[in-house]
Amino acid sequence: MDLLATIVVDGLIYAGWLFIVSLGLTLVFGVLNILNIAHGSLYAIGAYASASLVGAYFAVGGDAFPYGSYAALILAAVLVAVVLGPLLERGLLRYFYGRDEVLNVLVTYAVFLILEDVMKLIWGVNPYFVYEPYTLLGDVEIGPLFYVGYDFAVIAAAIVVGLAVWLTLNRTQIGKVVLAVIHDAEMSQTMGVNVQRIYLGAFTAGAFLAALGGALTAPMISVTPGLGANVIIVAFAVVIIGGLGSVPGAAIGALMVGISRAASVHLLPEAELFIVYFVMAIVLMFRPEGLFAKTKARKI
Amino acid sequence: MSAGVLEVRDVQKSFGAVTAAKDISVSVPKGAIYSLIGSNGAGKTTFVNMVTGYIKPDSGEINFGSRNIAGLAPRLITRLGIHRSFQIAQLCNELTVEENMLLAGAIHHDERLSFFRHAHSADARERAMATLERFHIAEHRNRLIPELSGGVKKLLDIAMAMAGETQVMLLDEPTSGVAADEKFPIMDLVIEALRAEGVTVIFVEHDMEIVTRYSERVLAFYDGQIIADDTPDEVLLDEKVQRYVTGGPA
Amino acid sequence: MRYILFLYAAIAFVVLAAGSIILPDWAMFLFAMALAKGLVCLGIVAMMRGGVVSFGQGLYYCIGAYTATLAANLWGVSDIFALTLFSSVVCLIVGMIFGPMLATYRGIFFAMLTLALSMVLYGTLSKMSVIGGSDGLNIGSPTFLGWAPEGRDLQTALYIYVVAIVVITGTLMRIYFDSEQGLITLATRDNELRVEYLGASVRKVMAYNYTFAAVLGGLGGTIAVVALGHVDPEFAFWTTSGEFVFVAILAGYMSVPAVFVAAIILEVVRSFSNLYFPNTWQLSLGIFLLIVIVTLPNGLGSLLSRRKGGKT
Ligand SMILES: Nc1ncnc2c1ncn2[C@@H]1O[C@H](COP(=O)(O)OP(=O)(O)O)[C@@H](O)[C@H]1O
Ligand SMILES: [Mg+2]
Repeated sequence: MDLLATIVVDGLIYAGWLFIVSLGLTLVFGVLNILNIAHGSLYAIGAYASASLVGAYFAVGGDAFPYGSYAALILAAVLVAVVLGPLLERGLLRYFYGRDEVLNVLVTYAVFLILEDVMKLIWGVNPYFVYEPYTLLGDVEIGPLFYVGYDFAVIAAAIVVGLAVWLTLNRTQIGKVVLAVIHDAEMSQTMGVNVQRIYLGAFTAGAFLAALGGALTAPMISVTPGLGANVIIVAFAVVIIGGLGSVPGAAIGALMVGISRAASVHLLPEAELFIVYFVMAIVLMFRPEGLFAKTKARKI
Repeated sequence: MSAGVLEVRDVQKSFGAVTAAKDISVSVPKGAIYSLIGSNGAGKTTFVNMVTGYIKPDSGEINFGSRNIAGLAPRLITRLGIHRSFQIAQLCNELTVEENMLLAGAIHHDERLSFFRHAHSADARERAMATLERFHIAEHRNRLIPELSGGVKKLLDIAMAMAGETQVMLLDEPTSGVAADEKFPIMDLVIEALRAEGVTVIFVEHDMEIVTRYSERVLAFYDGQIIADDTPDEVLLDEKVQRYVTGGPA
Repeated sequence: MRYILFLYAAIAFVVLAAGSIILPDWAMFLFAMALAKGLVCLGIVAMMRGGVVSFGQGLYYCIGAYTATLAANLWGVSDIFALTLFSSVVCLIVGMIFGPMLATYRGIFFAMLTLALSMVLYGTLSKMSVIGGSDGLNIGSPTFLGWAPEGRDLQTALYIYVVAIVVITGTLMRIYFDSEQGLITLATRDNELRVEYLGASVRKVMAYNYTFAAVLGGLGGTIAVVALGHVDPEFAFWTTSGEFVFVAILAGYMSVPAVFVAAIILEVVRSFSNLYFPNTWQLSLGIFLLIVIVTLPNGLGSLLSRRKGGKT
């Protein structure tokens, strides 16, 4: 019983930040039709930026009000998104709209490679630690088990972010326009939608979610080179499981991956590194386009 | 009544709320030439798709010889000798006209494709050229598909479908997208070639002149149903056909 | 027409083999590694001709390398011919298992599933301490039908061996590309519906190409591990596969020699950037990749081929 509870809680914690990252990935794919490998880099840059900003915050006397470091975390994600989102979308990706999907994966792979080294140039290769925000919220006791309060804050953040995106898409005017662009960009264009702006906005929002995922995890881990490479393929698995471009799909995918990974850590540690792909392969075997994807038959 | 080569019995198909085929029953005798008419969305292409395996009927039988082929994969149905052309010609755009023909020839010539035999062998090219010449499109052999006119594309599409041993040929709108003055020459060419081999033909067509000239029997579709099944003259006089298909007496 | 191909193959062999006389040790090693990786990339090219790209070809590179290493360490096999044969057969079998399963997937799904498979292997190997875990394994020097060369002789023998394998498989793949099956593969990338309606199985086409690519991956992995003397799970990591895809894109799908030229270019660029910009190798590679995609969307091979390719 304790084991089950542990698995569920660990799984939820892992699913929380993973959902935030995957949501950004699936949103960008849904709108721009680009599966963005550089999303992993944006995550890593978010983590580095928040480590730096939080470090700076405490260096200038943040100890007096340590909760301000949470603002620093979020500010870091915003900065990353505002700088890199438009730079990548306007500066590069827009020249590749409508091209082959796999070719576009390669374009973003190139960006990923470039950003990997850029990160090393900026932050070096030594790990960064920012533990203060992690310990600040104290511990939570569940039955006989203790959890760090921050972990639950991340789950809460994931729920808030998920709801915000879902409500924006389904309950607001701008959301309707975005959905129209997802459905048929050309048609929306002829109906007077500024598709270019939607692309820019969606990509920047996606970049923000990636960076936010990184910023929120930074206090939980040591921030080192190679972070992005590991995250992106797990996030890929999540969005493929859920169905590319689907918000609920990303949520279900993140939960499945989170729980199965936690289960494997506790029950079958050898499988930890590949359980994610195993789950993905099983899902694709039964639903070749993922759980929430709409399949369209081609008319001839 | 003796059984035809193709016997379609009580076939149904719906896409969500749309009924694309309702109680479709047709019997086509060997060597006959049938045409399908009906306005857009009447279910003609769906009929062709079901017979050739692109769509599996919800229920009903499609008997070819003694075998029910409903739901078989297109590839297997093709192998049985039921071939088709497409409303929008299905060609390989990155290949030349000759290569498209070589492709069709290679697949039809031998059950087992070779990993060694050169696709452009002298034999194969000769065969391909012969077919292209028969359809009067040999002059375009070195051109890529996107450069071709609608008529040439349609002819190549049909020529590829005929590369193997065809017993039944379904032509989906063979003259759509073809310049007006090319329609009759194309139909002459195609129907003559098919007749020469004793192929059973079912073609979809909007032009009633073509229907009367080339088919011996007409099936009129409306809303997923066959509303008339008779000789061209009778069908064109049918009141329902005039109301729903031809839009008045011819 | 065929004898022209054989003539080209003979010329290619002579020219490449001449490298064993003129090249310094470091360059011979670099070329051997490039050619070995080129074999893996040739497999990706075979799949690209059918319209799919594998982002997990490191799977077979890694299987080939580990199979050879384990055969050498467990059973004391050191003969390079036996090692090569053994690991290609293992890859053939694995390819024949996964090929038909993956053959129904296209585009991003195919790319991600192949990537997933390679990452499963990466994860497994990293955790299997009996075979070295994430540190990997070493393999001793190979023998050649009983001959056990050392020093420069060993380098030369290995290099000539790689060249021979490259020329033979390259020729075979060209024959395959030009064959009826090869034409169907090209047609499949273009219009699957047409291929099915001609009566051929698209799934089989995909499965064949995948399986051939598996064997080529295994060949490349075997040679690479013998040349390096060491294998670790990174052979299956997705960034390794990413470099293979990079070479395949640089080469394009029209020309076989272009694949090996592209592989050599990559290795040369890598060693120079290691020398002059040691910390920005990935940055250079990324910029290089973008330049290739923009300026040569159909790859180097399109410069040599009469055919203008379409989408990649
Ligand atoms: N694959 C499909 N998915 C959904 N609806 C379809 C599909 N194919 C055909 N339909 C519908 O079935 C009806 C008949 O279509 P079709 O057979 O193409 O008509 P026709 O060829 O007579 O113009 C139409 O309402 C069409 O929209
Ligand atoms: Mg139609």
